[in-house]
Amino acid sequence: MAELKQAPAGASAGEKLLNWVDNRFPASKLYKEHLSEYYAPKNFNFWYFFGSLALLVLVIQIVTGIFLVMNYKPDAAVAFASVEYIMRDVPWGWLIRYMHSTGASAFFVVVYLHMYRGLIYGSYRTPRELVWIFGCLIFLCLMAEAFMGYLLPWGQMSYWGAQVIINLFSAIPFVGPDLAILIRGDYVVGDATLNRFFSLHVIAVPLVLLGLVVAHIIALHEVGSNNPDGVEIKGPNAPKDANGHPLDGVPFHPYYTVHDILGVGGFLICFTAVIFFLPEFGGYFLEYNNFIPADPFKTPPHIAPVWYFTPFYSMLRATTDQMVTVLAAIVGVAAVLNLIKGKGTGQAKIGALVGAAVLIGLLKTFEAKFWGVAVMGGAVVILAGLPWLDNSPVKSIRYRPSWHKIVYGVFVIDFCILGYLGVEPPSDIGNLISQVGTLIYFGFFVLMPWWSQLGTFKKVPDRVTFTPH
Amino acid sequence: MKKILASMLAAIVLMSGAHANTALVLDQFPKERVTDLAALQNGAKLFVNYCLNCHAAAFMRFNRLKDIGLTEQQIKDNLLFPTDKVGDVMKVSLDPKDAKAWFGGVPPDLTLVARSRASGSGTGPDYLYTYLRSFYRDDTRPTGWNNLVFPNVGMPHVLWQLQGQRVAKFVEEEDHHNPGKTELKFDGFEQLTPGKLTPQEYDSAVADLVAYLQWMAEPIQSQRTRLGVGVLIFLAIFTFIAWRLNAAFWKDVK
Repeated sequence: MAELKQAPAGASAGEKLLNWVDNRFPASKLYKEHLSEYYAPKNFNFWYFFGSLALLVLVIQIVTGIFLVMNYKPDAAVAFASVEYIMRDVPWGWLIRYMHSTGASAFFVVVYLHMYRGLIYGSYRTPRELVWIFGCLIFLCLMAEAFMGYLLPWGQMSYWGAQVIINLFSAIPFVGPDLAILIRGDYVVGDATLNRFFSLHVIAVPLVLLGLVVAHIIALHEVGSNNPDGVEIKGPNAPKDANGHPLDGVPFHPYYTVHDILGVGGFLICFTAVIFFLPEFGGYFLEYNNFIPADPFKTPPHIAPVWYFTPFYSMLRATTDQMVTVLAAIVGVAAVLNLIKGKGTGQAKIGALVGAAVLIGLLKTFEAKFWGVAVMGGAVVILAGLPWLDNSPVKSIRYRPSWHKIVYGVFVIDFCILGYLGVEPPSDIGNLISQVGTLIYFGFFVLMPWWSQLGTFKKVPDRVTFTPH
Repeated sequence: MKKILASMLAAIVLMSGAHANTALVLDQFPKERVTDLAALQNGAKLFVNYCLNCHAAAFMRFNRLKDIGLTEQQIKDNLLFPTDKVGDVMKVSLDPKDAKAWFGGVPPDLTLVARSRASGSGTGPDYLYTYLRSFYRDDTRPTGWNNLVFPNVGMPHVLWQLQGQRVAKFVEEEDHHNPGKTELKFDGFEQLTPGKLTPQEYDSAVADLVAYLQWMAEPIQSQRTRLGVGVLIFLAIFTFIAWRLNAAFWKDVK
């Protein structure tokens, strides 16, 4: 047993209590390590608001969710009516519901911007790979959470959106049809589906999500935050003061707590403006069709997922037979190019060629629908590979060749276009654009080991660039 | 910066309305009616008299009408059957089987129709305002009525006594999308018999009815926007203080 520390003579009752707790729980230690003596780079810019904002939205979703569950009924016969009951008869229920529905979209806005920040400043590079991977897992959980939550209002779009997405799983070879039935708990989306989605949305996924958020922050505080310059402020050569604290860092509390409160103010202005003045957000946050109760006998003419899924949905729809042929051709050309120009040993080259042949065979064996699902899943999973795909000698976009910025710009525009096309009903020209968009999206990642090291890189400064306020 | 601008531009393009795929031209519903209590009360009367016989509003309680200035006694005396209670929701006694036999389908619940009918062509109220003013006589239909906005609609023109009977005139025009083919283009209505109301009075009555439908779809809407102004003013002050607080802390960081 560790020796109990004594509170200094003349200590106040509060200090004595803290001493008592500290002897039994690392309260002061945790406070120091994660707040008052966690040093963060002093040159954070606008993009660094979104981490704390994501945490804020998570809290909003959990708290409003708790109150919604008090009145919501996960029963296909009364679910829709219970949501309207919340909107009309529960005191302040409308506000709680709009906060939750707007919060879902706000979560994705904030998380997409947070991920974009990591992308442009190379925040996933060594030693922050696990921070990034925990983040990718959080994003996956968030998608599952949003998808299952969207079924609960039991409107037409809830019902048919779930029907379409769950049917995708049945395209997986061999296990697909059984897997789809396992997810639905029935042959069509029904009461059983609603019940299990409710359970998963309210208990299972949030638990995993919270655990991952803790892991994300513990990993971050272990290695320290990156910054817009990509300069390590805690490295062995980084300048430090007499106490060993980094000169380019400031304690998280109070400097970034007050800074983040400013971010919270700005965010809440946007967030409440939507809640109070545009809760449907032009049909993007609450789809018009979802104000009609689910009807298994009436398929809506146009089924579109909510906006945050549409870039990935576009890639799914883009994967037609024709697209699979193009993919097979690309795999073939890549293998042949590797054979002629590649740097590996002869054995490795032959291995790659055989692998490519097998992949082409598989591409042409299974139906395009399955590859659509694979493309959609791959588009999310490939994000986790970034730490190993990026070969640039510098982290931050600030010190990369100027044309790299254009590459990132094209990627962002491509992602937005894919998102836009995913909302629209399918058309020939839209399909062609999303096929090109899908190739650009994957090209960005797959070719990154090659393009990320090309060009003339600027010199990274020894210390962060910071202009005092 | 350029990227921020580009993404904002993309956001504006996206903001122009989800699912903009229908080419329907809708008349604009006079929005100011939604905050006009007299219009809402007249709309409620029209709704209960003309719509509530077949359509339910199963999420709407009668006593919520107090929000538009009616007293409980007024609701009981004028809008309720003697057997109904003022706290009941607006249900109908139409048997779904009869409805199927008579109209080919069960008339949809109207509580949220003003929200669900929104589309790229216009708001839900725009749709309803145009729809209720676009009925015409068509002897090829089982009910004897058809509608320009909702072709081959199952609902007859319930408000015909107010509007009178009209026929739609069509002219044959060359189809620009299918060269060599012709299509029927709408070319105005022709009044057959006069209604109880003049066309202007009828439009006004429909506007009141639609205002009521919009209010019923979200009874909290005007309170919501009023509260929103206060919340935004509070947050503006909060953010200003947060900004100065932040500056006060950071002025020492060199």
